[in-house]
Amino acid sequence: MAFHSKELAKAYWRENVKLLLSLLFIWALVSFGFGILLVDALNQIQFFGFKLGFWFAQQGAIYTFVVLIFVYVYKMNRLDEKYDVQED
Amino acid sequence: MDIRTWTFLIVGLSFVLYIGIAIYCRAGSTKEFYVAGGGVHPIVNGMATAADWMSAASFISMAGLISFMGYDGAVYLMGWTGGYVLLALCLAPYLRKFGKFTVPDFIGDRYYSQTARTVAVICAIFVSFTYVAGQMRGVGVVFSRFLEVDITTGVLLGMAIVFFYAVLGGMKGITYTQVAQYCVLMMAYLVPAIFISIMVTGHVIPQFGFGATLADGSGVHLLDKLDGLSAELGFAAYTSGTKSTIDVLFITAALMVGTAGLPHVIVRFFTVPKVKDARKSAGWALIFIAVLYTTAPAVAGFARLNMINTINGADSQGTEYSEAPTWVTNWEKTGLIGWEDKNEDGRMFYSGDERNEMHIDRDIMVLANPEIADLPAWVIALVAAGGVAAALSTSAGLLLVISTSISHDLLKRNLMPNISDKMELRYARSAAAVAVCIAGYLGINPPGFVAQVVAFAFGLAASSFFPAIILGIFYKRMNKYGAITGMVSGLLFTATYIVYFKFINPAASVPENWWFGVSPEGIGTLGMIVNFAVAAVVCHLTPPPPQDVQDMVESIRYPQGAGEAQVH
Repeated sequence: MAFHSKELAKAYWRENVKLLLSLLFIWALVSFGFGILLVDALNQIQFFGFKLGFWFAQQGAIYTFVVLIFVYVYKMNRLDEKYDVQED
Repeated sequence: MDIRTWTFLIVGLSFVLYIGIAIYCRAGSTKEFYVAGGGVHPIVNGMATAADWMSAASFISMAGLISFMGYDGAVYLMGWTGGYVLLALCLAPYLRKFGKFTVPDFIGDRYYSQTARTVAVICAIFVSFTYVAGQMRGVGVVFSRFLEVDITTGVLLGMAIVFFYAVLGGMKGITYTQVAQYCVLMMAYLVPAIFISIMVTGHVIPQFGFGATLADGSGVHLLDKLDGLSAELGFAAYTSGTKSTIDVLFITAALMVGTAGLPHVIVRFFTVPKVKDARKSAGWALIFIAVLYTTAPAVAGFARLNMINTINGADSQGTEYSEAPTWVTNWEKTGLIGWEDKNEDGRMFYSGDERNEMHIDRDIMVLANPEIADLPAWVIALVAAGGVAAALSTSAGLLLVISTSISHDLLKRNLMPNISDKMELRYARSAAAVAVCIAGYLGINPPGFVAQVVAFAFGLAASSFFPAIILGIFYKRMNKYGAITGMVSGLLFTATYIVYFKFINPAASVPENWWFGVSPEGIGTLGMIVNFAVAAVVCHLTPPPPQDVQDMVESIRYPQGAGEAQVH
């Protein structure tokens, strides 16, 4: 066991899952939410020449996806170090 | 120089480059052949993953589809990128820590069962062959249009190139060749997009031009203009589309989950040195993919406007056929554009109602785009090289999955566990060679169902692999009974629905008959839910997995001690 105790292993996993769920919430919000379910409401708003809902569906969601992955990489590296389970 | 000379020159140069790289990076061991020795830098791996992922369909067909679908095209844009978030967060780091070569490896070990491994191998081979047939066809189409050779010669040429570097180089050769192919295909996509964006809107960056006002001095936004034209010509508004909300939702989800479950994408994350790199690599891959995927809808918009304007004329009265631009007559020869003078006024007219006289194949939009916009010959040649690069890079990745499945999962892990590394490598190479020939045959004699089975590939990946892998990582209690029944029921459900609506009774495939209004393209999402539900129920009625399997799940959950991919 690489963790110093069983409790630490549990705590690490819990924090990991919490981070995953919050990032996946944003993932679903921008794509399924803004891009699909709320698209008609958001289309009432003009955004740099786009209807906002349309922009999310064809541009904005993709940019958000990229940001999400890099936020995840950064936070996970910090988490690994906090629990001392990073790679050598 | 004319287009043909330019095409020979540019496509020829790109081939020399690919072969040169393959000779320089040939594989010496099974480890180099399967996972490039596990030492690929995450940015390089990201670029190779992007080239692997963006197929002839992404390059040639996607913008064309969007330009005819308008808003509905978002299912491809979000579906084929959103899967990478799932991959990076839920799959890649854990599978890398697991540290074997293939997806069936994981399924087989995690669910301590040869049956599970065999089911996974069969799915992997089926999905990959489905895909690769389409790629070879793409090579053929590009060659036949731009080099004016027939499709068979085009496919044979493509086969020879792929054969050479996939069989020789394995994953190592493929990875570095794909980096070169990424550069070629991106340049080929961006150069005409930028040219056209400047012509239509005055913006250098297509993503901005997409929302900008037109450069003709009218002050109208491009998208408003397209909505206006659509209304005038009897199409649904460009920014709202025609599919129902629920269908858009399910198709998007099926493509996302399917992407995350495709074996040739997952295997990419076995090639980096560390768990940390697997996470990062998925991010880089998505950046490289996003460059094309955010440009594509802009290209779609410009292309639609240019196409309508050249065919219907600036005054929307139709253009005299005798004055038709050369791209119309060029593509007419391939049968992908057709004109029938219904009102016998000698003018072409394109619309969404009974006035329509044109038949325009969606696949030609990207390839014809530079011709429609009157760009120089070398740009058109570059697009041809890009299309070939996209098709070759994806075929190579798929062929590798097929050969690995056979030599490693089927022979080494199942039928003949005692063969040496050298023998296994020889089997891997022969399997790749046989796979190239079958793929080539399917490219020359395409079965009529190639287009339909793409939905199949994604639905299959979404309803079988994805839940099995996710549960394997995040639910320690999941046992082999749950996983196998889940995979089989998800698979059967999805396959039955698709087979019924696509093959047995295609006439019935209308929204009124679909379950909950979900089309066969989106049914993989329901299949996935079925899989999860069945797995959860069965798992609670059967004994938990053995302790050593539970310990293994425990150990893949943190990065320390990942080491390199293991040869068992």
